[in-house]
Amino acid sequence: MKRRGLFLPIVATLGFVFLYAPIISLVVFSFNESRLVTVWGGFSTRWYGELLNDGQMLSAAWISLKVGMISATLATAIGTLAAFVLTRFSRFRGKLLLTGMVTAPLVMPEVITGLSLLLLFVAMETTLGWPSGRGLTTVVIAHATFCAAYVTVIAQSRLRDMDESLEEAARDLGAGPVRVFFDITLPVIAPALISGWLLAFTLSLDDLVIASFVSGPGASTLPMVIFSKVRLGVSPDVNALATIIIVIVAIAVTIAGLLLRRQSKKNP
Amino acid sequence: MTTPAIAADTRPWTDPDAQPFISIRHITKRFGDVEAVKDISLDIYRGELFCLLGGSGCGKSTLLRMLAGFEAPSEGQILIDGQDMAHVPADKRPTNMMFQSYALFPHMSVEKNVAYGLLREGKSKAEAYASAAEMLKLVKLESFAKRKPHQLSGGQRQRVALARALIKKRKLLLLDEPLGALDKKLREETQFELIRIQETLGVTFIVVTHDQDEAMTLATRIGVMDNGVIQQVGEPREIYETPNSRYVADFIGSVNLFEGVVGPAAPDLMRVETTDLGAVSVPPVKGLTQGQTVWLALRPERITLTRNAPDGVPNAVQGLVEDVGYVGHMSAYRVRLANGRVIRVTQSNRLRDEDPISWDEHIHASWNASVVRVLTQ
Amino acid sequence: MSAAAPVWAMSRRGAVLALAALAVLLRMDVLPIAADAGAPLSLLVAAAALLFLAVELGDWLGISRRWLVIAVPMLWLFVFFLVPFIVLGRISLAEPMIARPPYSPLWERGPDGSFNIIASFENFQFLYEDALYRNAYLSSIRVAGISTIFALLIGYPIAYYIARSPEPRRSVLLLLVILPFWTSFLLRVYAWIGFLRRDGVINNILSWLGVIDEPLVMMQTDFAVYIGIVYTYLPFMILPLYATLVKLDDSLLEAAGDLGASPTVTFLTVTLPLSLPGIVAGSMLVFIPAIGEYVIPALLGGPDTLMIGRVLWDEFFSSRDWPVASAVAIVMLVLVVVPIMWLQAVQNREAPK
Repeated sequence: MKRRGLFLPIVATLGFVFLYAPIISLVVFSFNESRLVTVWGGFSTRWYGELLNDGQMLSAAWISLKVGMISATLATAIGTLAAFVLTRFSRFRGKLLLTGMVTAPLVMPEVITGLSLLLLFVAMETTLGWPSGRGLTTVVIAHATFCAAYVTVIAQSRLRDMDESLEEAARDLGAGPVRVFFDITLPVIAPALISGWLLAFTLSLDDLVIASFVSGPGASTLPMVIFSKVRLGVSPDVNALATIIIVIVAIAVTIAGLLLRRQSKKNP
Repeated sequence: MTTPAIAADTRPWTDPDAQPFISIRHITKRFGDVEAVKDISLDIYRGELFCLLGGSGCGKSTLLRMLAGFEAPSEGQILIDGQDMAHVPADKRPTNMMFQSYALFPHMSVEKNVAYGLLREGKSKAEAYASAAEMLKLVKLESFAKRKPHQLSGGQRQRVALARALIKKRKLLLLDEPLGALDKKLREETQFELIRIQETLGVTFIVVTHDQDEAMTLATRIGVMDNGVIQQVGEPREIYETPNSRYVADFIGSVNLFEGVVGPAAPDLMRVETTDLGAVSVPPVKGLTQGQTVWLALRPERITLTRNAPDGVPNAVQGLVEDVGYVGHMSAYRVRLANGRVIRVTQSNRLRDEDPISWDEHIHASWNASVVRVLTQ
Repeated sequence: MSAAAPVWAMSRRGAVLALAALAVLLRMDVLPIAADAGAPLSLLVAAAALLFLAVELGDWLGISRRWLVIAVPMLWLFVFFLVPFIVLGRISLAEPMIARPPYSPLWERGPDGSFNIIASFENFQFLYEDALYRNAYLSSIRVAGISTIFALLIGYPIAYYIARSPEPRRSVLLLLVILPFWTSFLLRVYAWIGFLRRDGVINNILSWLGVIDEPLVMMQTDFAVYIGIVYTYLPFMILPLYATLVKLDDSLLEAAGDLGASPTVTFLTVTLPLSLPGIVAGSMLVFIPAIGEYVIPALLGGPDTLMIGRVLWDEFFSSRDWPVASAVAIVMLVLVVVPIMWLQAVQNREAPK
């Protein structure tokens, strides 16, 4: 805006600097020879080597990936169904309840979700015998539950914007409701579901608090391992891990951005 | 294959023994507190091209959607070919619909769009795509078969939507503002295309439109709707010449309306006292009582303007030409009468007039008693 | 749908059998999948099998498919989101015990055969009486509130700038805002440790510039927690604000200017009120979760940075006092329910349908 002059661009630039300075420092110090943050000991990739040899980190990463993929898939399925039901069915008993259950996880403090889910699992174990012990299964269930809410938001917004007459036209041509969903609705909202899956995957990968509560022996996720390391102070192999993650995310986000721009030309 | 009888020729609605193809009985539709459709009853016959005509919000699209099965009536019955549609879902109805937005599936090619209906019937891919190719030939789009909808122009998409809706060879086709998005020239061409296709295939069409010219061109019969109610149903000529209310008279074409009071009964001519035109003679109408308030409808093209007083014509008034609009094939005049009322008169310019009537001229406006229509509502 | 229906039904029944078999095989670790993934995967497969089974059952019983579709997400969320709160409530009324699990059972048979229910509000009383908890709640609200205000002050101009930017710059800027959000939250908080330490980046730069003689104490302070919360939650503030601001009709601002309003007045009387839904959404997305934040106070805060999330964590993991932890959680839940309902009310007003 011409009137605002330089104020906005300056504040915005400062804001972006604020946002990115720590990230950049993570990357920079991952190549620091010395362990200390104070001194630049020279360029070195030793921390990357240490990282790749750290068995605990690697197995935690593998566990986080497995958990992430399964819970993201589950979350997408549940979230999409919830979104479909909330947008396409105008009235049904319990709609208010479902709306609430789908909004609350977005803002609920993680300690509450984590603790309450753990208590549920323990209670279920004592009365039903399942789930037996905490581990991957409980983490997957917990992640799927809170991530579903995020998928619902994304799917709902896409379903609302979508031209409903596409679904009506399919019904008019003889497709039953289930057919319409798989033939028409899903393909049209597919990009939104993919971004929902990716969001759920990221949230699962990143979760510390809930996993700490509901996980069990032998099922430590990557954030849990990182957290125990950094509680004790700065640890440059964590910087190395951070850099790897940042690079992957940057590439993925750029690709996604380009794809989205191509998509928006095609779909109504 | 015998050419099906064209309803425009046989006019089944005039035959008291003819069975209607579609029977709409006392249909009401409520959305919350609002009544979008109020107790509508209507019979439509096989092979008709029936137009539901009305402004936005009059309920015509709601009625169409109830026929298609996308809305359930709050009250009343819909019968198609004798079958009650009450619990028949949209995918099982003997109808097909062409949507206003065309609703072409964006992730499917043109030929898959057209073939979709046949695939849902269980036909093999080969059969369905072959029929789709034929259909595309009919609408002259065969070279576009592999394209996606977003690569087509508006007019092309409209033809794909039509092909898709016709391919299942249903007996009833519902069209929601089919020509709304097209420009004027394309619209005119497509109108005649639609009629041609309808008469060739013998399919019954129900078209929803707000464009009265379109309705007049396309329809075998028109149903004029306003505010959830059908005001009048009839052939285009009937609607135009003998509207049954001020609303219909004003909605179709333009009209001059005059309020008046019925005079004493007479055998061959009736007199109505009006404030604007004085005493007007009209053909006698049954069922009117003296002193009753009526409205006279007089179409602009039925009034003749002359410089001198006409003789032998029963109805005439004097006026001043306030405005002239020359449109080439006709001229539209605004004439101010003695009491200040302005009426609209149009004259077709069949002969090249060396001295046409112009602004600020005092003229006589006259008309035949038989062209005046008496309206009681 | 004549020929298609029986085929679909048959394949569905086949699918139930196939999936059930798959689930069993997974559980028995017969398939060459990493052993610990077998359990959750078999869960997924069993869930799918159950779904098909439910459809069959529903058809047989005459229940409309619609209800099944509603039931799936409803049941899942009810069991795994709502019921836990009930369990939480029940345990907040229990007593800690040395047992597995470490809380008293709900009922027991007394020596005389009578039936006793063990429940008491002891834990809540304890919370009420001990100043530590009261202070923790209040300071959590204070910290969350101040952080939200700062996030708003920093986030609003950024969101405004992006919303007013022309394409393609706008998309790029949005991407830049979203990118940090997709990198690990934990790692970004960790980055600030390196910045705020006595021998960290900020102190190094400041003393190198000659601005300070002694390194500033920034770690383990409330200040660090503010920075941590504002930093990590900033995208949550910017995105809803952006969504509202981008819908702002330029012609409204031009009209105000045309009627004689200066840019400042236009902003205060037109832009600000119209962006209110975005402000509320963004603020709630920061404030509510920030109240119960654990990681940021744990990594950046000091022993006197009292936040209730940390208190809960310590009660649970260090003291192993599950009932008190549950009571802390219940009170937090009550605190948080009102803002959540406000957020939902605002969202409902915004939704078009």
